[in-house]
Amino acid sequence: MRTPDLLRFASQSLAGARNRTLLMLLAMSIGVASVVVLTALGEGARRYVVNEFASLGTHLLIMLPGRSETTGGAPPLFGETPRDLTLGDALALLRERSIARVAPLTAGNAPVSYGSREREVTVIGATDEFFPIRHLTIGSGRALPDIDPERAVNVAVLGSGLRRELFGNRRALGEWVRINDRRFRVIGVISEGGESLGQNLDDMIVIPVASAQSLFDTPSLFRVLIEARSGPDIERARRAAREIIRQRHDGEDDVTIIAQDALLSTFDNILRALTYTVGGIAAISLAVAGILIMNVMLVAVSQRVAEIGLMKALGAPERQVLWVFLVEAIMLAAAGAALGIVIAGAGILGLRQLLPAFPLAAPLWAPLAAVAVAVATGLLFGVLPARRAARLDPVRALTGR
Amino acid sequence: MITLDHVERDFVVGDEVVHALDQVTLEFAAGDYASVMGPSGSGKSTLLNVLGLLDRPNSGSYRLQGTETTGLPEERRAALRRSHIGFVFQAFHLVPRLTAADNIALPMMLAGVAPGERDARVAEVLASLGLEDRAQHRPDQLSGGQRQRVAIGRAIVMKPSLLLADEPTGNLDQHAGNDVIALIESLNAGGITLVVVTHDKAVGRRAPRHIRMVDGRIDKDSPHAHA
Repeated sequence: MRTPDLLRFASQSLAGARNRTLLMLLAMSIGVASVVVLTALGEGARRYVVNEFASLGTHLLIMLPGRSETTGGAPPLFGETPRDLTLGDALALLRERSIARVAPLTAGNAPVSYGSREREVTVIGATDEFFPIRHLTIGSGRALPDIDPERAVNVAVLGSGLRRELFGNRRALGEWVRINDRRFRVIGVISEGGESLGQNLDDMIVIPVASAQSLFDTPSLFRVLIEARSGPDIERARRAAREIIRQRHDGEDDVTIIAQDALLSTFDNILRALTYTVGGIAAISLAVAGILIMNVMLVAVSQRVAEIGLMKALGAPERQVLWVFLVEAIMLAAAGAALGIVIAGAGILGLRQLLPAFPLAAPLWAPLAAVAVAVATGLLFGVLPARRAARLDPVRALTGR
Repeated sequence: MITLDHVERDFVVGDEVVHALDQVTLEFAAGDYASVMGPSGSGKSTLLNVLGLLDRPNSGSYRLQGTETTGLPEERRAALRRSHIGFVFQAFHLVPRLTAADNIALPMMLAGVAPGERDARVAEVLASLGLEDRAQHRPDQLSGGQRQRVAIGRAIVMKPSLLLADEPTGNLDQHAGNDVIALIESLNAGGITLVVVTHDKAVGRRAPRHIRMVDGRIDKDSPHAHA
């Protein structure tokens, strides 16, 4: 039998049993659609988190004072505390070629006031490099000036939320705010919507790092943000940074360096696994559809006993009868899968309208895998009915016994 | 051309063995026209099924055009059936969703004949049956006589050498029945070997050779073929 004939014959018999075919298509398409939509949701969650991390800065290393791990060896005789991480340490890192930018940070809480309004907010001491590293954009005015980091200058950049609370509708640029007892001139306001990983950057104030150190009366830094020149440079930058600090701290390895990418890839892996799991659960509905296909095909075989007997009388060998019914099952599954992908596409479009901020998208493998599983299911569950048809005794089949 | 030698076909019904064919020995020459008659359960249909390679004898020999068929694998028997044997059934057995033309083309489609050749052959057969204007009708749009003619068209489209008809007029009125018999007789005149199983004496008498079966045995074969 020629392939086009086989396909035409199968589609004619499917069209002949319209209700049965439509029900089967429905079952199969729901299975496929749920696999695709659920994996799209999982993938959307993954992308959402990845985007959040990216907004925190790419190729980013975070250095904090103190070791997060302990090593063996003799207990220290003298009480040994980790050395402070100083501005000098941070600036020394710039010697390394694989490091593009460094942002030393200090942080603390202090009351900030303008006129009679006062707010207790996070005060961040930083340099001009802080803004590009954290992907912060300036809404009005300008960022911190590019000056020697050791110099204390009394200027401040406000988060937009803090600006609103202190100034309301009034103009903030050029005004003086008070932090503790010191006065700082407002030179810029950060654009709205600066949020990363739940930490709201709207409610903060950024001042030069030297000013913050004197404000909080500490020579120590809270963090040093290090931006590597490129992705492959991250590991080199990390090793170099550790080595530079070790040299400056008399051979003590007393800082912790966290790679942003390592954190990111951990989240990435977790969410990817979640997507697979959800897709796998949805695949159960495909198996259910497969069992339905088997039932429907079994009914079809018993309703078409005489036709099967006839095919055999006309010289169709068992293998051919088997294929006729198998092709029907596979066509049902494939058509159901195609319909399911259309439904899933519509569903994803609809969800995008509902959740515009959520980057919903089915990964390419999802529809491919769903269709492959659907066709395999049709094949697998089509075998039993097809074999039953192929093995019918033509004499009994023709006499309807 | 066809020889059955001591063919035995037994069925077990309950705990009783029924000899549907009991040591049947028969011979048909090419172009023979024989009717097989006998009471119900005498083995007429079993004989036809064995001749049509749909059923396999328990013992004995069946040679079709020089080929011993009893030991052949199912695949080869299907191939012989396809190329040498045409069936006409009492219940027509047309595929309801296919048009008359597609029903006639079905054996060629199963055999993998190219569509162009198929169409030409179907047109030829439809013309010989006088059904050109019914080509695109489905079976439920045809009369009983027309249905059986389509079924005959399907039986001969592969140009078989043996045509087996099982009560071909059983579901037809007298007039349509006569047309169908006239049609298959004209095919026989064209050289095809024709075996008709029937209850209808009028139909049975028209064949030059009468085979009468009783209890699985050949009771009468007249005029006796040169066995």
